[in-house]
Amino acid sequence: MSIQELGTEQKVEMITCVIDGFEVTVPKGTLVIRAAEKLGIQIPRFCDHPLLEPAGACRQCLVDIEINGRAFPKPQASCTIPVETGMIVKTQLTSPVADKAQKGVMELLLINHPLDCPVCDKGGECPLQNQAMSNGRGESRFEGVKRTFEKPVAISSQVLLDRERCVLCARCTRFSEQIAGDPFITLNERGALQQVGIYEDEPFNSYYSGNTVQICPVGALTGTSYRFRARPFDLVSTESACEHCASGCAMRTDVRRGKTLRRLAGEDASVNEEWNCDKGRWAFKYEVAKNRISTPLIRDANGQLQEASWPEALAAAAAGLKGVRAGVLVGGRATVEDAYGYSKFARVTLGSNNIDFRARLHTSEEADFLASVPTSVTYTDIDKADHVVLINFEPEDESPIVFLRIYKQVHKRSIKVSSIAAFTSRGSEKLNANLIKTATGDEVSAINSITGLTGKSVVLVGERAAETPGALSAVAKLISSSGAKLGWIPRRSGEMGAISAGALPNLLPGNRPVSDAAARVDISTAWAVDSLPTTPGMDTQEMINSDLQALVIGGVDPMDISADAKVKLAKKFIVSLEIRQSDITEHASVVLPVAAVVEKSGSFMDWQGKVRKFEAAVEQSLNRSDVRILSILADEIGKPINLPTVKAARAEMESLGAWDGARSTMKSVTASANTSVSGDEAILTSWRNLLDKGSLQDGEENLAGTARASVAVISKSRASFLSVKENDLVRVSNNYGAVTLPCVIGDIDDSSVWLPRNSSNSQLIRNLGVVGNSIVKVAKA
Amino acid sequence: MSKLTPVLSAYWDQADSFTIAGYKRNGGYTAVEKALAMQPDEVIQLVKDSGLRGRGGAGFPTGNKWGFIPQGDNKEHYFVVNADESEPGTCKDTPLMMANPHVLIEGVIIGSYAIRANYAFIYIRGEVTHVVRRVQQAIEDAYKAGLLGKNILGKGFDLELVLHVGAGAYICGEETALLDSLEGFRGQPRLRPPFPAIAGLYAKPTVVNNVESVASVPAIVNNGVEWFTSMGTEKSKGFTLYSLSGHVNNPGQFEAPLGITLRQLLEISGGVRSGHKLKFWTPGGSSTPMFTDAHLDVPLDYEGVSKAGSMLGTKALQIFDETTCVVRAVLRWTEFYKHESCGKCTPCREGTWWLVQVLKDLESGKGTEADLDKLLDLCDNIMGRSFCALADGAASPIISSLQYFRQEYLDHLSAGTCPFDPAAATLFESVGVR
Repeated sequence: MSIQELGTEQKVEMITCVIDGFEVTVPKGTLVIRAAEKLGIQIPRFCDHPLLEPAGACRQCLVDIEINGRAFPKPQASCTIPVETGMIVKTQLTSPVADKAQKGVMELLLINHPLDCPVCDKGGECPLQNQAMSNGRGESRFEGVKRTFEKPVAISSQVLLDRERCVLCARCTRFSEQIAGDPFITLNERGALQQVGIYEDEPFNSYYSGNTVQICPVGALTGTSYRFRARPFDLVSTESACEHCASGCAMRTDVRRGKTLRRLAGEDASVNEEWNCDKGRWAFKYEVAKNRISTPLIRDANGQLQEASWPEALAAAAAGLKGVRAGVLVGGRATVEDAYGYSKFARVTLGSNNIDFRARLHTSEEADFLASVPTSVTYTDIDKADHVVLINFEPEDESPIVFLRIYKQVHKRSIKVSSIAAFTSRGSEKLNANLIKTATGDEVSAINSITGLTGKSVVLVGERAAETPGALSAVAKLISSSGAKLGWIPRRSGEMGAISAGALPNLLPGNRPVSDAAARVDISTAWAVDSLPTTPGMDTQEMINSDLQALVIGGVDPMDISADAKVKLAKKFIVSLEIRQSDITEHASVVLPVAAVVEKSGSFMDWQGKVRKFEAAVEQSLNRSDVRILSILADEIGKPINLPTVKAARAEMESLGAWDGARSTMKSVTASANTSVSGDEAILTSWRNLLDKGSLQDGEENLAGTARASVAVISKSRASFLSVKENDLVRVSNNYGAVTLPCVIGDIDDSSVWLPRNSSNSQLIRNLGVVGNSIVKVAKA
Repeated sequence: MSKLTPVLSAYWDQADSFTIAGYKRNGGYTAVEKALAMQPDEVIQLVKDSGLRGRGGAGFPTGNKWGFIPQGDNKEHYFVVNADESEPGTCKDTPLMMANPHVLIEGVIIGSYAIRANYAFIYIRGEVTHVVRRVQQAIEDAYKAGLLGKNILGKGFDLELVLHVGAGAYICGEETALLDSLEGFRGQPRLRPPFPAIAGLYAKPTVVNNVESVASVPAIVNNGVEWFTSMGTEKSKGFTLYSLSGHVNNPGQFEAPLGITLRQLLEISGGVRSGHKLKFWTPGGSSTPMFTDAHLDVPLDYEGVSKAGSMLGTKALQIFDETTCVVRAVLRWTEFYKHESCGKCTPCREGTWWLVQVLKDLESGKGTEADLDKLLDLCDNIMGRSFCALADGAASPIISSLQYFRQEYLDHLSAGTCPFDPAAATLFESVGVR
């Protein structure tokens, strides 16, 4: 199969042709069906999809074509033919032959399609239904017997297939192969019995499978969770932003009677095109979980949380925070506006730079890196890249749309991908990545070994780079010496926004260094306060370990930070802003309920720095964004932050703008000495699988059914040392605890063992007290 | 028998015609020596000059096809033989490979040398196990004789020849579906462009030729262009295999110059089943529009048949006498196309599904005259609307049968049943037939 290799920067030749009597000029290579769209002429189609390679299978888009006076003897599929100079196209609007051909194909498509529209999920938003009305015959002449199949077939726990509805357009199979790189579904059998199928022992466990449901032009593929739940015309749709990761997908949230029923990928050509991942699509039940907090809570004298009124709760919170040394833990999932509220609350109300959004492993080297090293990569840079270097970053698990974008270029242009990791993950395998095999802790020498980068090369660094001292310093050096573009990609959706909101101990809003007097003047003037605290504050771990008396905490799971965080936090006065009961609310003195993402407006800043605003999809009384609560609490304390609404927060932050002064310079951190292991010892390495025990995936059993199995990855030599074979159980342990999982033998560095960080039977902070860069023992279980 | 020009079939009556010794005794493997002594481009020119046209049905000039392969492109080239002969009535390649596999191999070596391919493939339909075994043996013998492998005949040309056995799909006779199948995928036609000459097998420049076309090349190399062009008609040069089957006294393969007529072929083959008369026939297999006794003198070359409203196709002449129910015959063919539709495109997949149901009703006398118009309109919505030519082949016999035998359809409807005795059409029912 040929793949067009269009350089993104070469000048595009324009072609003029005539469609239904109208001239249209389009770039060379444009398909007739697309050129017609430009004129507003809609040619009916099923298999055609602008982001998939042409198939020409459904034959619905037949049109009459002549080129320089020579007519094709029969109608041609407009989805497969590029326009040419001198081409005259007659669609169904001007050619009776094309019109009859289209009506004929439509009638044929319908002979084996059931008339079950009244119970079909697609009914009401169905391309087959719509186009049968616009381009079909009024009545079918078919009087025979329709093809039937047993229904439905579960091709995975989250996707169901009703084969008799399928029009065999191959959109789903082409998507899986060309876009996701997961060719786990294919067309089987032949003739009218042709059908989509899976391999016998391999269900459709793709992280992107939900897109096939969305692009299915009929109701053949349906989502298990949504099936039979609603009719499209009863839903109210709101454009929204995905809260699950920093990829930044545009989304659409469909709500009926105050309840989210489904979420779909929105369209944004510069970010997610038309795709999203299954977590973004199908993980939203957390917002209606049973342990949702609906009223404020105050801990009573017996240590029990009691429901309270808002005035009581705010007074109790204010009393505990007034006049004490306090700090703020924002969490990585706050909207930009909420993060700004926390940032201002810490500085103005608590009078401190003790604020950090990082609810994960972190270092001061990282805070320094985030404050001083500018990042510039965008998705478009990936489109043009000659080489993508991944450093402690597994895009398929940690930022799935970034993965799709890299895969697209691997598929189209065979670009070079290198990955610094302990072994070749499934994602790296799909990217055909050159593995720079590195045990956790040894990244610095691996980064230093990278050569040959150009101005078109893209270096993507994951948040896990902070787990190795010196790694981020080495990255900064690599960028300045090679001229390559840098992108830092955190997992969580709120982290980039939190940086720009100044939710770091060393940064004020707009990337203004705390240590810079002019920057402080900027902010204190805008905030109308006399002064701001001058010394950088404590980071998350320091605050937890410190003797600070009180903390304001929004959306943090202490088990994401360290094993002892929960115990240490329990000793402090905690004001918790939460949507659900959690390990923090369990110990909080005051709990203030806040809105989930679909219930509030706000914005997320993706890893590129692009801001996506969204409005509340669900209208209900809990529509309280954190910033509103913080503003009222600040009033109660007597040091107001004056951010009564999300809009006010956004407007104030925008008016501040970005810092135009000098960035601080990064203090280089030297690498620690390499760890060596012997015998049954191994260096632990891990990351989070996309689908795991993350709390935003709670209650989504169909989604969890497609999660990758929890396995321990060991090398061949370790397997023979342990005398285990693939799938045998191995026990990974340290003084803290142990994890026992079936093993997979991979190309992992001999010194290392890999475990999923937060998957079933493998929640490392809970089970081992560490997540990586630490010595564990591996034994046959 | 004066009309016959046996070349490919000249020695089929010899008991050991399929062996390398038998082939060599009759002058086999001398053309390859001549060809390897020529420049590859000279070989291509020779085949172009001969006017040899594809014998698989489409009649595309073989030499031109070879000439399309880009040379000096630093890419591997592939030579593929389409031996997936599967159409009802078509039975020329199978007996050819059975009786003389070496002439095919010799043609493959010459063709591969001409297009500068070092790998060649013969794709045979899986059902003909006996032929597969015979070709397999012939390839092995050719390797042993130094005719395949490294440095063939000491001339510095290398060729590996691989026999691939299909899994039984008519669609794999379509050249791009064949290539998909050869690559290990399900056989479904590919989108063109790119054409196989640019991106064929494994996306490399590839020639796909029919067995008979390839097997005709050694004789052209040996005997020259003038000899070849002395046979046939103006635009359809040379000899070819005509396969007569059905209600004919002496069925089989008859090798004759292009342009012979059915009347002449029937004379040679003992005529229509004794005591019966010709009712309808196919010029080139079941996918070509049928003819009647009015077409006995149509010259059977590419232009003659086309002018008379059909296609030369594979020159598979199926003869049906007056005992045959045309509706029943057409239904049988349509069932074949429904079974063999690959499913890729709507008109073929859904259309054949529907056509069978309509024809079954008509054959059993159900329906009204309006159903005939519906059937024709349905064919109009299938013909020329599908991804490849398979569906055209399905619609052709229906349209042509309605053109010539509309009254017979109506007779079914007025009788409320099929007016024919199906047993009468079978060969074992009649006297005087072997």
